Amino acid sequence: MIVAVVVGFVLGLLAPLVVRVARNGTGWITGLVPIGLFAYFASFLNRIQAGETLFFPYPWLSPLGIGLSFRLDGLSLLFALLITGIGTFVCLYSAGYLAGHPDLGKFYGALFAFMASMLGLVLSDNLVALFVFWELTSVTSYLLIGFDSEREAARRAALQALLVTGAGGLALLAAFVLMQQAAGSFEIAILVERSPDLRTSPLYAAIIFLVLTGAATKSAQFPFHFWLPNAMEAPTPVSTYLHAATMVKGGVYLLARLSPVLGGTDLWRDWLIPLGTVTMLTGAWLSLVQVDLKRILAHTTVGALGACVLLIGMGTQGSLQACMVFLLAHGLYKGSLFLVAGIVDHETGTRNAADLGRLGRAMPLTCIGALLAALSSAGVYPFLGFLGKELLYESTLVGFTPVLLAPCAVAAGIAFAGMGAVVGVRPFFSAQGRFSGQPHDPSPGMWVGPVLLGMVGLLFGLFHGPLHSALITPAVRSCILQAGDIPTPSWHGLDVKLALSALSLLMGGALYWKWSALRGRLCRWRNVGRYGPAAGYDHALCLLEAFARRQTRFFQSGRLNVYLIIVICTAVALLACALVRDNISFSDLVLQRWADVKTYEAVIAAILLTATVVTVRAQSMLVAVVALGVVGYCVAVVYLLFSAPDVAMTQFAIETLSVILLMVVLLRLPRLRTFSTSRQRLRDALVAVSAGLITTLLVLVVTTQARNPKLADFYARNSLVLAKGRNVVNVILVDFRGFDTLGEITVLAVAAIGVYSLVKLGSHRDRIPEGPPFGGEARGDDVSP
Amino acid sequence: MTVEVELALTVGGLYAAGLYMVLRRSIVKLVIGLALLGHAANLLIFTMGGLVRGQPPLMHPWDTRLWGRFADPVPEALILTAIVIGFGVQAFAIVLIKRIYLDMGTEDLRELQSTDITP
Repeated sequence: MIVAVVVGFVLGLLAPLVVRVARNGTGWITGLVPIGLFAYFASFLNRIQAGETLFFPYPWLSPLGIGLSFRLDGLSLLFALLITGIGTFVCLYSAGYLAGHPDLGKFYGALFAFMASMLGLVLSDNLVALFVFWELTSVTSYLLIGFDSEREAARRAALQALLVTGAGGLALLAAFVLMQQAAGSFEIAILVERSPDLRTSPLYAAIIFLVLTGAATKSAQFPFHFWLPNAMEAPTPVSTYLHAATMVKGGVYLLARLSPVLGGTDLWRDWLIPLGTVTMLTGAWLSLVQVDLKRILAHTTVGALGACVLLIGMGTQGSLQACMVFLLAHGLYKGSLFLVAGIVDHETGTRNAADLGRLGRAMPLTCIGALLAALSSAGVYPFLGFLGKELLYESTLVGFTPVLLAPCAVAAGIAFAGMGAVVGVRPFFSAQGRFSGQPHDPSPGMWVGPVLLGMVGLLFGLFHGPLHSALITPAVRSCILQAGDIPTPSWHGLDVKLALSALSLLMGGALYWKWSALRGRLCRWRNVGRYGPAAGYDHALCLLEAFARRQTRFFQSGRLNVYLIIVICTAVALLACALVRDNISFSDLVLQRWADVKTYEAVIAAILLTATVVTVRAQSMLVAVVALGVVGYCVAVVYLLFSAPDVAMTQFAIETLSVILLMVVLLRLPRLRTFSTSRQRLRDALVAVSAGLITTLLVLVVTTQARNPKLADFYARNSLVLAKGRNVVNVILVDFRGFDTLGEITVLAVAAIGVYSLVKLGSHRDRIPEGPPFGGEARGDDVSP
Repeated sequence: MTVEVELALTVGGLYAAGLYMVLRRSIVKLVIGLALLGHAANLLIFTMGGLVRGQPPLMHPWDTRLWGRFADPVPEALILTAIVIGFGVQAFAIVLIKRIYLDMGTEDLRELQSTDITP
């Protein structure tokens, strides 16, 4: 099983090679992968039909309770077959649609990776693995939508899809973590058993909200529906695959998969039913005002996804059955319609439904595929779409508040029927057509998809008995805990739902005939979208960008002192927090420890601090250097007073050297100048003094702690024994830590070379006019000490 | 031994002065600030190592190890290294700013933000 999931990623890497070798046969060769996987999954049909659920656990992050466990039950199988089946046609189709595209190899690579992620998503039994695959579908869909990366609109749409679905993914991750907190496992199989714990958990409402956010972003539910129509910037095979058949159904899949875990409560119904209904109506309504074939299809897809969510929200056996049938029918006819729209675009160069017509005679095979799909979309007997719609109406009639839901469903049905016909019928039979070129049927690889998908929709509709027992019933069983007998829908004679079906068909027909006239009136409403959630997305993005820019300008000002102030203030704040938390008493720190100070020590400290102040306030270089020397000498005296003669000697020597160096090198500079305003100086002084104060406190606190004498003892004991030396500090430097000293000497040597070369290097000012850089004669500068 | 209070104040004063100088726009003051910060850091380590009067970590010729109270040799060794390295850095910085001043004709950091030489 893991091979079946991973093979797509591996072959994705090989795809560019295959494309280069196979050339014209690319579509047929790449199509072998999904058809092979389709056959593999189809081989499980018997066992699944018998009611088995197959588990394939693979160890992954075992200590965290995260395994790469896969499960195959009715729901997974339905989706896996849909993914691989439609994937086959998409592979065939893409070779023709993108023939000669230089990046075809990359395209197939991303497509295979997407297919593998999608399979992983629907097969994972572990929530963490599911999340990983979920995000992988977002990432690969980003690559596929933005495939035409030189168009700005495509990049923008890809980013929008990624941000919206990615944000939803994060919400989902939070939900999964909460579920683990509440029920103690990431395995869906275990969560199903513990679902009573989850439903009574105080986290339940939060989990539902977060899961819904994740599912709603993926499945383009209101108010996140806007990304799906925008994603139509993608190449048509991508729209077919991702935005009609598989990826956007990911959210629906998740809700169906989790409904035995989380579903069946009032809260679940109260959220899902309104969400689905609003989305269904929004999609249906917005589809009416579109003229672009693909955007029409995208909006009706939004509507159909809304219907699926509505049906899952009801959560009854009948509604879940309706959901599965509707979902399958929609995948088949919508995939086919997208492919047709792509062919029409490919042949005529336009996707504007108002401009298209009379294509029926020019491309008869495409026309057949389109007609089959449009009839299924309209819900005409005996297509599978008819069955889906019947079941949808039935569920709304017997379920909750039928007075409200049934009219909504019928309204959506009318839009699906009418707009399906606008895409599938109008371009072929409308009397007028304004386009250029000589359209004709494309290569077999392209027309075989729509025709076969349409035929499958017809066959499933005719022989829905076997379909039910093989696919639909097992799928429904895996979404519901105690499934009773699931009846195969059959002819009930004349009843309300048939009347509703006929009504929506009639109204859909009317919509189709009057579409041109109607659209003109509806177009007035088109700008409403400007105030919709899409505008909110743009606004949020602008705000984020402005915030990032301002923040960058603040933190990356390019001024040393600003950086330093930020660093110092952060350090001071952190230390202050630590000191406050530890609740240090001031009297312990200072008052009781003042007694032991000797006069001469106090005098040295006073001289040191005075010299420091003089250094800071000095106006002339000479004063500053001398005062700095005094500071250094005082520090050396402090070392001397407190038992560090070696350090003191070094400090005396070094201080003398550095004063000389400063004198020689810097005395020729002009007087020290003041560049900053008094306000800036005050600010800097405040920052510096607070840092000094916190350091003082730090020293006081640290010196109250007992030190660990282990290291000192070691050196005290072993200095003579091991290293033959009585001066322990010296022994440490040249023996115990001899390599450190070697490193120190190296640093000094490097610094010396640096100093020497800087001194020897001629000034740029002198050299630049003389031609080649570094070519000019190096003039010895007289700054060397 | 409670003389730490005095040294704590000294260290704080040195830190404040050093940081203030580092925040200046004059590159010369910046180098002076670095020198002050070096002193401050060394004294900080020294003080935290514990202060002992008149007991350097030296052995009498007749002893084979240090006995009784003695100043911790580890921070002393660290500081000794730090002083020398600090000097190397300071010497390099001093020559570098001299070079910068000669080439650019300014010691104001605000004017030294571009890598291109303005003629």
